Amino acid sequence: MRSWRWDVNNYSVIGKRVPKLDALDKATGRAQYGHDLNLPGMLVGKILYANVPHARILNIDISRAEKVRGVKAVITGEHNPVHKFGYGADNTPLKADKVRSRRDEVAAVAAMDDDAANEALALIRVEYAELPPLYSAEAALAAGAPLVHEERANNLFLRYNYAHGDAERAFDDADEIVEEEYFLPYVTHAAMETSFALAVFDLQNRLTMWSTTQIPFLLQRDLSEALGMPGRDIRIIQPTIGGAFGRGLDVYPFEPICALLAKHSGKPVRLAFTRDEEFFATATRQPAHVKMRTGVKRDGTLWARDASVLLDAGAYISWGAVTPLVMMETTASLYRVPHAKFVADVVYSNNPPTGAMRGYGNPQSTFFVETQMDMLAEKLGMDPVEFRLKNANIPNSETPQGLKITSCGLRECITEVAERIGWERRSSVSSNQLSVVSNQSSVSSNQSPVSNPQSPIRRGIGIACTLNVGGGARIYRSDGCGATVKVDDFGRVTLISGSTEIGQGSETALAQIVAEVLGVRVDDVTVINSDTSVKPWDVGTHASRTTFIAGNAAWIAANQVREKILDHAAQMLNVSPNHLEMRDGMVRVQGDAAGKGIAYDKVVRAMHYREDGNVVSGTGWYDPPTKLVDKDTYKGNISAAYGFGAQAVEIEVDTETGQVRVLKIVAAHDVGRAINPMYVEGQIEGGAQMGVGYALSEELQVREGRILNPSLLDYRMPTALDMPPIESVIIETADPEGPFGAKGVGEMGGNPTAAAIANALYNAVGIRMNQLPMTGERVLRALKEKERMENGD
Amino acid sequence: MQQLYISLTVNGDVHELNIEPRRTLMEILREDLELHGTHEGCGSGDCGACTVLLDNEPVPSCLVLAADADGRQVVTVEGLVQNGEPHAVQKAIVTHGGTQCGYCTPGIVISSVALLNENPHPNELEAREAIAGNLCRCTGYQKIVDAIVAVGRE
Repeated sequence: MRSWRWDVNNYSVIGKRVPKLDALDKATGRAQYGHDLNLPGMLVGKILYANVPHARILNIDISRAEKVRGVKAVITGEHNPVHKFGYGADNTPLKADKVRSRRDEVAAVAAMDDDAANEALALIRVEYAELPPLYSAEAALAAGAPLVHEERANNLFLRYNYAHGDAERAFDDADEIVEEEYFLPYVTHAAMETSFALAVFDLQNRLTMWSTTQIPFLLQRDLSEALGMPGRDIRIIQPTIGGAFGRGLDVYPFEPICALLAKHSGKPVRLAFTRDEEFFATATRQPAHVKMRTGVKRDGTLWARDASVLLDAGAYISWGAVTPLVMMETTASLYRVPHAKFVADVVYSNNPPTGAMRGYGNPQSTFFVETQMDMLAEKLGMDPVEFRLKNANIPNSETPQGLKITSCGLRECITEVAERIGWERRSSVSSNQLSVVSNQSSVSSNQSPVSNPQSPIRRGIGIACTLNVGGGARIYRSDGCGATVKVDDFGRVTLISGSTEIGQGSETALAQIVAEVLGVRVDDVTVINSDTSVKPWDVGTHASRTTFIAGNAAWIAANQVREKILDHAAQMLNVSPNHLEMRDGMVRVQGDAAGKGIAYDKVVRAMHYREDGNVVSGTGWYDPPTKLVDKDTYKGNISAAYGFGAQAVEIEVDTETGQVRVLKIVAAHDVGRAINPMYVEGQIEGGAQMGVGYALSEELQVREGRILNPSLLDYRMPTALDMPPIESVIIETADPEGPFGAKGVGEMGGNPTAAAIANALYNAVGIRMNQLPMTGERVLRALKEKERMENGD
Repeated sequence: MQQLYISLTVNGDVHELNIEPRRTLMEILREDLELHGTHEGCGSGDCGACTVLLDNEPVPSCLVLAADADGRQVVTVEGLVQNGEPHAVQKAIVTHGGTQCGYCTPGIVISSVALLNENPHPNELEAREAIAGNLCRCTGYQKIVDAIVAVGRE
């Protein structure tokens, strides 16, 4: 527990709506993204994909490609270093022996322009001997299935097996049980900037790579493995990154391929994905086939839960294979449930390789957990809000899974959204009280909708909750981050943070933390966070961890600087340093705003210009007090804090077309403390947007291993017209371990949205959708089926 | 390949260029004029990241052949900053938190300026309609819409 020397009611920059440090550059077109980079002599890199799902490579003929004018390098699997890379240690930059998915990389070229590169790709001839393909996890697990990776005994990569209590027997004692089966789709990050790498070797064989990665130091390590060269000879630079959402959490083949092309051409090589490549050649969220049952006691006490999940990981394993760790957390610990069992199989197939995506298993698991909560409430005849409140986690408790919940505002979140959406208007489906003729998109919570049974439009209200790690997540042995703070002679404060900015606004939150500690303006703080040769080590941006982990590291570093300045100012002012404070750019006696003080930059100058002078800097390292989960039981406190949230939505559904429209989202999230409320809301609202897409429209259609809709026209992300007004509510619980009480918020905004929409759809028309997305076609089919059943056909 | 002579007025400056006829306005802006604020998100007119004003109309510059812009006025996101002063829309996007990763932001700024030129006081729905062709993956659009409506109320 950290004792704060700051008055929570008197922060100067914490809790303020400070614009992002780079916002003006972004709004005026000055921000420089990877795609904008240009080095002298830079070549264009392009990749040839197999487009066969499963085959042995018999021969690759590159002789004609090499002769194309302007082509400087053509490489194949023969040019690979010997080591395999990736979470499953199962991948190579280019495939030498066999291909395991249509998107497998078989050759690459570097050329002076796009035309030469494309012409060369078209002239490469690959001979394959096709093997029987596996297009689903079920097929891959069948007896006698061909092996995706022949060195393995079967196609099961990993089974997660978690239990607490005795779920099997507990169902015998449950008063009500629901059991359902779910099918969750492939979805993808679709960041607005496509994946990018620019590689150049110097004559000492040192590699510099500009990259859209989220994990620069792990990329350094992974590239050293993939390229068979020392990590110390690899430097990663991150230009402004146009979105990531988990896309950059692993090393993927295009990165070592780009480096190999630079190596073989002796020139800088730029490899920028086209939009269709972004769809078919980045790693997607895994599709999941889930069976789950939940049992409850008559009085509304959750009693037992049993889930089994089948995840199709595709041809290669990434960190995305670890998502069951998060799924089991939602299943076992979102609410207090004494008996729980969770099994997940991660399976190889010849489908596209999958990876990590925002929420990391949580949007999936929150969907099946939170829709079952509503089903149970109905069976019990309980109000869904009351049922959730009864079973909600409470502060300072430990779940059977070993999660140590400290700050917890889940109940506040639930009551807040229920009140703001007008929960009392939600009546039972059968009475159709919410049916209304409406062509307008606005809803007012204090206005009771008009009932009109003739209208094809029905309205409904739904709620869902979420639990998400909010204090880092120890999935690597370290969950640490380093920070250095220095002050120059003119009062310019520089924070050098290991963390990675991917657009979320973390660097602004970090600058606010440093500014608060040193009593300076945010404008006085520069954040350097884009070069592994400059910044201290960090795990990377994932698991909603940056404000919490990098924020604590920055806090520690800034406090060292503060103490140095106060010590020296104490000598200059001839008072005890314990009586001094830094505020408004001044060092002065605490509480004596009018009294004698001295500008902080003057103190810094005095520290530099003297005998025995010293650099005014501090270095912080923060690794949270957490543990890796036990490798057999999966129990343990994975995060130093947990974020909670609830979302309530109002929707309308057109019963003639099946189209669902979201009219309003109220999202309340417990974020500990909002360092910057504007960007906390931004994370919640952006998350909710991904949640609306997951619920209603987004699906990568994969047939026979091929993605059928690789464009922003055919992969339907919500537009400004598809999104309703979002009311974000920040619940502050002042986490004891977080910097100024803050917890992470990056992922949880997207976790409960789909479940809340599904619950609202049931409320509106009485259908349960267990397959996402809930497209008009699927909803209409379900309505027809319901009608047929009711008519007894 | 045969070259075509065109004259483009971009942000008030006249550029005389010899170009391959197949090249798009977006390519000329980004590659020849180094106006990197015009972003490529898809190259097929689906995302709006490359939106510019062509004779005051917002167009996805990836779908416009540079030859079709011959003799016409182009305004990019850089051209909205006048004498060091950003456009009211740019300032509002900044102060309302309407940019996160920022890749879509220039296109959204241009679409918003086009709206406000036609309709100086848009309501929320009109703001949403104006940027419906600009995909944003980060913000949920709420803060962008707030920014546009706020400019109209100034």
